[in-house]
Amino acid sequence: MTIHEFLSPPAETARRAGPHDRIVLSSRVRLARNLRGHAFPGWAKKAERVKALEVIRPAVESLPQLANAFSETMDNMGPLDKQILVERHLISREHQTKGAGSGLVLNKEESLCVMINEEDHLRMQALRPGLQIRQAWVAIDQVDSELEKRLDYAFSAELGYLTACPTNLGTGIRASAMLHLPGLVLAEQINQIISSVNKLGLAVRGLYGEGTEALGNVFQVSNQMTLGEVETDIVDRLNKVLQQIIEHEQNARGTLLEKKPKLVFNQIGRAYGNLANAHIISSKETMNLLSLMRLGVDLEMFPGVDRALIDELFVVTQPAHLQRQFTEKLAAEERDLLRADMLRERLRHIARPSPKAPGNVPGMLDKRN
Amino acid sequence: MICKKNAAQVYLTQIEGDKMKKVDVCEECAKHKGLNDSAGFAIADLLLGLGASHEMAEASGGLGIKCPACGFTDADFKKAGRLGCSQCYPSFAEGLEALLKTMHKGTKHVGKTPHSFKQSRDLTDRLKNLQKKLDKAVSEEDFEQAAGLRDEIRSTKDQINNLEPGLKP
Repeated sequence: MTIHEFLSPPAETARRAGPHDRIVLSSRVRLARNLRGHAFPGWAKKAERVKALEVIRPAVESLPQLANAFSETMDNMGPLDKQILVERHLISREHQTKGAGSGLVLNKEESLCVMINEEDHLRMQALRPGLQIRQAWVAIDQVDSELEKRLDYAFSAELGYLTACPTNLGTGIRASAMLHLPGLVLAEQINQIISSVNKLGLAVRGLYGEGTEALGNVFQVSNQMTLGEVETDIVDRLNKVLQQIIEHEQNARGTLLEKKPKLVFNQIGRAYGNLANAHIISSKETMNLLSLMRLGVDLEMFPGVDRALIDELFVVTQPAHLQRQFTEKLAAEERDLLRADMLRERLRHIARPSPKAPGNVPGMLDKRN
Repeated sequence: MICKKNAAQVYLTQIEGDKMKKVDVCEECAKHKGLNDSAGFAIADLLLGLGASHEMAEASGGLGIKCPACGFTDADFKKAGRLGCSQCYPSFAEGLEALLKTMHKGTKHVGKTPHSFKQSRDLTDRLKNLQKKLDKAVSEEDFEQAAGLRDEIRSTKDQINNLEPGLKP
């Protein structure tokens, strides 16, 4: 089975619901682990990496949590397949560049994903929709506990799990959430939030993790320190900060509507106008405009429109997803035309946004979920 | 981003052998780090913070340290910002210690421990404990108790010997 056949269609994945999913798109906890007596993937020669993969892959495949999983080596996947996995946030950009000696095991629900021979021998991650960092930790902790029975981990009593990069040393944990924060961006409070979150020892990154820009007002918040603190404390601390960010985002939306409703309606109306009428549109512009439309849906300015539609468009308008629908290789300019065609078609029946009177925006505050 | 303050302006991609590294840097940090001069900068500094490669070079006393297990050197660390194998941690312990202090909450692991490792640690602790008790029993000439303790010590040692090679203390 190819990865295309295995992955759920975006229309389906966009419907996965979770707590606070207006603002928190997804939660993730990943653990880094390495084998004793094998050089780390970045330093190992190809033959050594292949050997490590041959030890790790069957062990991962034998986990009860990964029964019926998709399992493949990276050299057996084409560049388009890999790019699709990146656009779905299932593998890292670093893993995308890997070939022979690296692999991927992914469960059917796309909630557990194990990268083999990325920066470390094992990068296993649990993914959940909405704010479910704790649940993600519990899930990946169980996978790890099963896996340690089958593999000989590099571990030291003093330094914990030994990782290729000292930044991951100890627990090897990276807990993160993807947040949609258009309110804080429009209210120009986002930099203030980022700098105070940084001061708490947490990192804020763009849509595709390390070293990427915050397209579509999507930000990733994660822990940075991994040594000297137990996993549950790291997870709880992040969780608390995330709840505060959610509150700030809600307040920013409320204040904007109260003080500058025209600014908000203007942004959302223009975003809708461009998306529904453009004939040439880049993926970057699409994401930024879809973000505003998503805000419009949250503010109930598009009656009857499901947020899942916007979230689906967020995925299917990205380059590899778009390319996949066509057999011939598309240039970026051609993609921009086809993307605009797709958006006009999908938004054809959506009426232009109707501004609510200020102070009368039901469901604006995120209390319901 | 390095300073985490300003927006990134310089998107740096460095290719070394078959590896590609991407780092985004603001203008100020780029100037500060001499990023226009690609020969003079260390990826370790970018990934781990300014001074990381210096820290490692300092610890080697300029002589260079090589990991006996995998052949990785402190110069390699400067280039990659990552280590070669798990044995590099003891090999480069001195240089890493200062680095870990600036990077993490503490320098001692307090989180999850593999079950099998815990088992080996528990056995080692028990062995030490029994040994102490035995010494005491012998000094008090309580030979009956000493004989019992000796049997317990023997069985604990057997259990340790039966552990996986990597887990033996």
